[in-house]
Amino acid sequence: MVDWIDFAIIGGKAVFIWGFALTLLPVLIWFERKGAAFIQDRAGPNRAAILGIRLAGFIHNIADVVKLLMKEMMIPPHVNRVFFMIAPVLGFTFILTAFAVIPWADTLNVGGREITMQVANLNSGVLFILAITSLNVYGIILAGWSSNNKFALLGGLRSTAQMISYEIPLGLALVGVFMVYGSAQLNEIVRGQGELLFGFLPKWGLFVQPLGALLFITAAFAETNRNPFDLPEGESEIVAGYHVEYSGMRFALFYMGEYVAIVLASAMITTLYFGGWQVPYFPTEKIIASADSWLKVMLGVGGVGALAFAALMLFWARRMKIGGGFGDLRDKEGIILGVAHIAIGGAMLFFFWKTLSMGPLPDWGARTVAVVAQITSFALKTIFWCWVFIWVRWSLPRFRYDQLMRLGWKQMIPLAFVNIFITGLVMLWMDR
Amino acid sequence: MQAAFFYLLATLAVAGGVMMVSVRNPLSGAFALILSLCSLAGLFAMLNAEFIFILQVLVYAGAIMVLIIFTIMLLNLRKEELQEAPVGWLRLLLTATLCAVGAFGAIQVFGTIEPNAATTPMEGFGNMEGVGRLMLSNWVYPFEVVSLILLVAVVGVVLLAKKVI
Repeated sequence: MVDWIDFAIIGGKAVFIWGFALTLLPVLIWFERKGAAFIQDRAGPNRAAILGIRLAGFIHNIADVVKLLMKEMMIPPHVNRVFFMIAPVLGFTFILTAFAVIPWADTLNVGGREITMQVANLNSGVLFILAITSLNVYGIILAGWSSNNKFALLGGLRSTAQMISYEIPLGLALVGVFMVYGSAQLNEIVRGQGELLFGFLPKWGLFVQPLGALLFITAAFAETNRNPFDLPEGESEIVAGYHVEYSGMRFALFYMGEYVAIVLASAMITTLYFGGWQVPYFPTEKIIASADSWLKVMLGVGGVGALAFAALMLFWARRMKIGGGFGDLRDKEGIILGVAHIAIGGAMLFFFWKTLSMGPLPDWGARTVAVVAQITSFALKTIFWCWVFIWVRWSLPRFRYDQLMRLGWKQMIPLAFVNIFITGLVMLWMDR
Repeated sequence: MQAAFFYLLATLAVAGGVMMVSVRNPLSGAFALILSLCSLAGLFAMLNAEFIFILQVLVYAGAIMVLIIFTIMLLNLRKEELQEAPVGWLRLLLTATLCAVGAFGAIQVFGTIEPNAATTPMEGFGNMEGVGRLMLSNWVYPFEVVSLILLVAVVGVVLLAKKVI
C-alpha cells in the first residue's frame, strides 16, 4: 500500500526543486541583461515600469512574458507540423527531469522519518543526469530538421556534433570524481566533500580534482550551448540556428530551456566540485550541535543586512531629492524599497530578540536550522556559478567550428585520460 | 499499479518497434525506435536495475540514435526517393518463415517460465557494483574481446576516412 505521507513528501520535494529552478529564470534573465550592460559600460534596460516602479529593469521580465504570451505562434507552411510542435516541449521537459537527483541538503531525521533532500536517491545519480541531458539534444535536432530551412538545419547539425563530442570529456572528467569519493551517488559525493584536506582545506572536488573540475566546467559550457560554444545559435553566421522559425511561447520554451540548463549545469558543478550543500568547515553534526547560535547569527546578520540596504536606499532617495534626480517617479523608488526593507529587517531583528529569551531549540528545530543553512549554502554557490556563465558569455568571443572540434577531441579527451591516470597513481601512492 | 506500468511500457515498446518498420519517413522511424528503447529502459527501471536503465538511455537512446539521426539528416532524402519497394513472393515467404521460427522459439522459452515465480531479482541486480563485478570477474574475457573489436573498428574508421596517413 502506498504511504500517503511519503507520497506527499516526494511531491513537495519535486515542487521545491522545480520552484528553485524556475524562480531563478527571471533572475538570470535580469542578470544577463544588466550584467551585459555592466560589462559593456552602458545602462541596460530600465524603461518598463509598473506605477513608476522599475526595480532596475527587473520589470522588463514581466513585460517580456506578456509580450510572448500575446504573440501569435506562427507555424510556417513549409515545416513538418508534428515535429515542429513537439520539439520545444521535448527540450524543456528533459532538462527539468534531470533535477530529480540533485541533493540540496543533508538527510533530515524528523518524527522517525528519514527524508532525503533529493527527489530520487538513485545509486548512480550522476549518470542519470548525463543520460537525461543526452536526450535533451533531440529537442534541438527536431527543431532544426522540422523547420525545413537551411539555417535551422545547420544549427541542428552543429549542435548535435558539439553535444556528442563534449559528452565524452564530461563523462571522463566524472570518472575522477567517482574514483576519489568511491561512489556515483550524488549525496555520497557531497558527504565525502565535508571532510578536511591537510586539516585546513575543505575536501572539495575542486581541490582534489583541479584538472577534472576545469574539464567538467568547460564541457558543461559546451553542453548548455553557451558562449564561447554557442555555435548552434551563432546569430552572426546562421541567423539564430535551430529556433529561427519559432515565435511566441514556442520560442520562449527554447529560451527558458537555455536558462534552466544553466541552472542545472551550475547545480552540477556545485554538487560535484564545490561541496554541494556542505557549509565549509561545518559538517551537519556540528551545525545541529550549535543550532542555537546558528539561528541567532542567521537572523541577526539577515536583519542587519536588510536594514543596511534600507539605509542605502533611503540615502539614495534623499540624494535624488536634493540633486534633482531623474525628475520622474524613479526618485521615489528608493523610499519604497527602503521602507519595505526596514519592515523585513525589523521583523528579523524582532525574532532575533525573541530567540535571546528562548530556551535551547528542540531536536527537530535544530535539524531544521541545519537544513536551512545547507539550502542557503547550496543556493548561493549555484547562483554564483550561474553568474559565471553570464560573465563568460560577455567576456569571450565565439570559437570557430574547427577550433571547437579540435579542442574537444584532441585536447580535452586526452587531458581527461591523463586526469584519470594521475588520480589512480595518487590514490595508489596514498594507500601505500 | 506495477502491472499497469508494465503493460503501458510493454505496449509502448512493441508499438514503437512496429512503427519503426512501418512508417515511411526515416526520421519518424528513428523516433519510433527511440520510443521503443526508452520504454525498454523503463522496464529495466521496474526491475530496480538502475544502472542498466541509465545505460540503456545514455548509450542507445542518447548516443547511438543521435548518430543515426545525424546520418538521416545529412542524407536529406526527398519525398520522391521514398517510394515503396516492390514486394516479391520470395521475400514474403522468407519473412513469414522467419516470423514463424521466431514465434516458435518465443513460445518454447516463455513456456518454461512459471507464471507465479518469484519476481524479485537477485541481490545487486543491475546496479553499478553488480554489473561491474560480473563484467570484470566472470565475463572478463568476452569484455576484453569486445573492447578489442571496438578498437579495431576505430582504427578502421580512421583508415577509411583519411586518404593520406
